[in-house]
Amino acid sequence: MQVMQQDVKARVRAYIVDNFIMGGSADHLKDADSFMETHVVDSTGFLELVTFIEEAYGFAVDDDEMVPENLDSLDNIDAYVRRKLVAA
Amino acid sequence: MERTAASRLGADALRIDCEAEVEKISRWMVDVVGKALHRRGVIIALSGGVDSSVCGALAVRALGKSKVYGLLLPEHDSSRSSADLGAQVAQQLGIAYRLEHIGPTLEAIGCYRWRDEAMCAVFPDYALGWKSKIAIAGGAQGRMNFFKLVVQSPAGEVFEKRLPAREYLQIVSATNYKQRIRKTVEYFHADRLNYAVIGTPNRLEYDQGFFVKNGDGAADIKPIAHLYKTQVYALARHLGLPDAVCNAMPTTDTYSMSQGQDEFYFALPYQQMDIALWAHNHQVTAAELADALSIDEAQARFIYADIEAKRRTTQYLHARPMLVEPVHEAGAA
Repeated sequence: MQVMQQDVKARVRAYIVDNFIMGGSADHLKDADSFMETHVVDSTGFLELVTFIEEAYGFAVDDDEMVPENLDSLDNIDAYVRRKLVAA
Repeated sequence: MERTAASRLGADALRIDCEAEVEKISRWMVDVVGKALHRRGVIIALSGGVDSSVCGALAVRALGKSKVYGLLLPEHDSSRSSADLGAQVAQQLGIAYRLEHIGPTLEAIGCYRWRDEAMCAVFPDYALGWKSKIAIAGGAQGRMNFFKLVVQSPAGEVFEKRLPAREYLQIVSATNYKQRIRKTVEYFHADRLNYAVIGTPNRLEYDQGFFVKNGDGAADIKPIAHLYKTQVYALARHLGLPDAVCNAMPTTDTYSMSQGQDEFYFALPYQQMDIALWAHNHQVTAAELADALSIDEAQARFIYADIEAKRRTTQYLHARPMLVEPVHEAGAA
């Protein structure tokens, strides 16, 4: 299954805008920005984000994959999702 | 001479003059209960733990035993010893107290039903007779914090699984009924007697947001919110509270399986967590903290990051209701 880079980022960005910023502007959120450092996503938010990723892309996020390198920016999520889908 | 990290973060860092602290809190309590709040005494819910026991003893020192009313508020998952120990403390303090079992109220409002429904969604075999608890994971290892549901079958088999967001939130919100119903009972008696309600968080709990908004977080006075847990234990010994209180390990007393507070919420046992929080508040480097706790520097950095993450996540718990613009005439502090 091939997933275009823009597709993952756009989908996750749309989810974050809808759910965490209540439809407000996310123009300031760059693809490489840390969600934690920019205070866009808190710890409960990461649980919600993981559930969204699992349901949207059909794979389980393992406990040891719950790391900032996989989840703490649009770039990181994009790379992580593509790795998981290739491995599936 | 410059002090080493080990000495800066040793036992001295958290040592207090207990009698001076008791005097300070007593004077403050007399002042705020009478002059600021215009109440005639205080309500203290006694869990049998060290925080509420110390708060009760401080209130008696400050106001006298006739102005302190104790409540024992167990529910179905409370450990058997909590109400017994609470009663022992009340009797030692010589205060009037009352036991009200809140289990039937929690049943009626759906606390256990909502909780069990979410637990069954994760473990379909979970049923009456099984025990459960929630355990935190991740933050102290540099991962995102997440929560695991741990269940134990009647045969003693233990299973655990990471909680999805939906089930995690439902279990926590259902069990939060426990703290909120307790607070409702506390305020009934406070209104009835024209008393103020004591909140019992220590500094770790207050700083890191380990309380339920409008539950145990609701109170008129919080006499030990500035004290580290280690200091609260020191006060307990100084005030002559029962050994079972002075030696009790902190638990949540909220889930049916036994559960330490560090397992549920904090990254480390309280003694180390106290040192880590003190160190972070006093700009001690991660390397120095690592040295003092005999952990590696990366883990010390993770602990500092976790302290900050919990502060950010729980700001909402401390926040007053948001207003479009301030209403100064209402006398907001």
